[in-house]
Amino acid sequence: MAKVLIPTALQQYAGGTDELEIPGGTVKEVLSHLAERYPDLKKHLLNEKGELRHFVNIYKGAEDTRSLQGLQTPVGDNDELSIVPSIAGGTGTVERPAVGVPQPGRDGFGVIDTAREEAATLSNEEILRYSRHLILPEVGLEGQKKLKAAKVLCIGAGGLGSPLALYLAAAGVGTIGLVDFDAVDLTNLQRQIIHGTNDVGRPKLQSAIEAIKDINPNVEVIGFEDRFTSDNAMQIVRDFDIVVDGTDNFPTRYLTNDVCVLLGKPNVYGSIFRFEGQASVFWAEKGPCYRCLYPEPPPPGLVPSCAEGGVLGVLPGIVGCIQANEAIKLILGIGQPLIGRLLLFNALKMEFRPLRLRKDPNCPICGEHPTIHELIDYEQFCGIRGEETEPQPVEESEEITVRELKERMDRGEALTIIDVREPHEYAIARIPGTRLIPLGQVAERAVELDPNAEIILHCRSGKRSADALNQLKARGFKRLKNLKGGILAWSEEIDPTVPKY
Amino acid sequence: MIRLSEAQREAIRAHGAQEFPYECCGVLLGDVENRVKIVHEVRPLRNTFQPGAEFEEPASPQTDSSREAQEAVGRERRYLISPEEMLALMQEERRTKRKVLGFYHSHPNHPARPSKYDWEWAFPWYTYIIVSVLNGEPADMTAWQQDEDRQAFIPEEIQDF
Repeated sequence: MAKVLIPTALQQYAGGTDELEIPGGTVKEVLSHLAERYPDLKKHLLNEKGELRHFVNIYKGAEDTRSLQGLQTPVGDNDELSIVPSIAGGTGTVERPAVGVPQPGRDGFGVIDTAREEAATLSNEEILRYSRHLILPEVGLEGQKKLKAAKVLCIGAGGLGSPLALYLAAAGVGTIGLVDFDAVDLTNLQRQIIHGTNDVGRPKLQSAIEAIKDINPNVEVIGFEDRFTSDNAMQIVRDFDIVVDGTDNFPTRYLTNDVCVLLGKPNVYGSIFRFEGQASVFWAEKGPCYRCLYPEPPPPGLVPSCAEGGVLGVLPGIVGCIQANEAIKLILGIGQPLIGRLLLFNALKMEFRPLRLRKDPNCPICGEHPTIHELIDYEQFCGIRGEETEPQPVEESEEITVRELKERMDRGEALTIIDVREPHEYAIARIPGTRLIPLGQVAERAVELDPNAEIILHCRSGKRSADALNQLKARGFKRLKNLKGGILAWSEEIDPTVPKY
Repeated sequence: MIRLSEAQREAIRAHGAQEFPYECCGVLLGDVENRVKIVHEVRPLRNTFQPGAEFEEPASPQTDSSREAQEAVGRERRYLISPEEMLALMQEERRTKRKVLGFYHSHPNHPARPSKYDWEWAFPWYTYIIVSVLNGEPADMTAWQQDEDRQAFIPEEIQDF
């Protein structure tokens, strides 16, 4: 039995030890037995042909076996073999993609087709316009042409999409795709800075395209005023180089991830919640995908939307700019993109924290044995039917309108009305005679209520109270009513002095 | 994650500046605590690369490093820590219980990003620090680790002491 010394780098594949006893009469036999006992070690020592990898040396005592009889070098008992790495590297003549597998015909991180890049030309106006880019050695004329040749798809022209689209346009990205079917609402203007007061009521897509063209008429904008679904996602994404996820709901996030994995496109991810943001670059060929991080969506209703949870307006501004930064870096092939890293941002503490992300070998779509090969029904996957648009179904007999409620109040009826909103919402506006039990506490505080009494539930718009109704119904409550339209309807139809928010 | 003090980073930069226009190289020795590598010693080593002697074998069919290797490249664009040196380090590891955490090298007039060579020759677990030296002036410093599947070079966070 020979003693085999293992370098630190490979100890994790050899049972965590630095020294092993392995039988064998030649170096070849010893390596063979070693690989058999520790299969994970094998790929680091031997190439596909079973030859010793060029950066691995086997020393017998103080001698390199390559200068003895190579793999046939005899090994006796008490001989000491050392697996010694050759540590080497250097720079290539032409800068090649460093992160991940190099692809022929592609430059930078392999995002833009080199043919398209070479065909891109810049007018004198553009050269002047981008002069602050051109004088940066890391960008230069070559980099600006890459930007011009690039096609970036932005999913969502909302909180994240606003600064993203504006900065991509300013940077000179040649083609920007925009997916948004929504119309501008007054409540959007607190954060969706690509839209203005005069745009309220107009389709977000129209408003966004005008803003982009105003900043940079050289940008070609392709608008998709449709919902992004499994039916159209593949056709839409196919023509673009990079997808930036600016969506606000989980089904679309999983859809965006899956279509990017299936088509081999990088997915620049950003998300926000109250005062915290996240950003990463999911690119299955080079690192983890969204499913590696979040294999399952949260139970419906657990993570509130911006409408329900609130968000500091400037927060999506910051995260959307980070996404624009990452997209531009990918196009130019500079810097270190957030592949394999999740950047956590806390706006209150003013902290950025990178977390290392690993590719999940068992990921159902990008792992070693994928089971997902096509797009699925994402609404079903997330356990809901249209999170943001349709409230949970409640039977008509379980509903009460604001007018009916007012009539009963005026008649002097003693009513049990439970408000399931959050305390800070209660402070903004309330319906008289109501009692506050926030939605998250309804289950545990159900004991405070009489299951046989009639209980009217309300929230802001009627969605959360419908959820509360179903929760109480499951606990045996018999006479529940959901206030249709919530306090918004109350303000609209009964008492306009109650502020809408 | 790897922890390096400012003084240690300065030592790496100084070595890079000193060896310019050639690539410098060295080893990082220390311990691992709670999955963080703590560097106790930054040791400069000799760049023993000889033009034409090594790098004959192409790393994989997809790359064209074999084509590039045919050009006469020298220590301006290649570094090598000899296996003898490495063997001595491994023996020192067993004596002192201090581990080889990784290595550093410089990129003269080149960004501090790993090249295809760096990636092809990388071992897992080790941290590879690269310092860019532009016309003799040290610039950016980055750290990288080979992904376990040999599919990617993942950037690593350098934490201050």
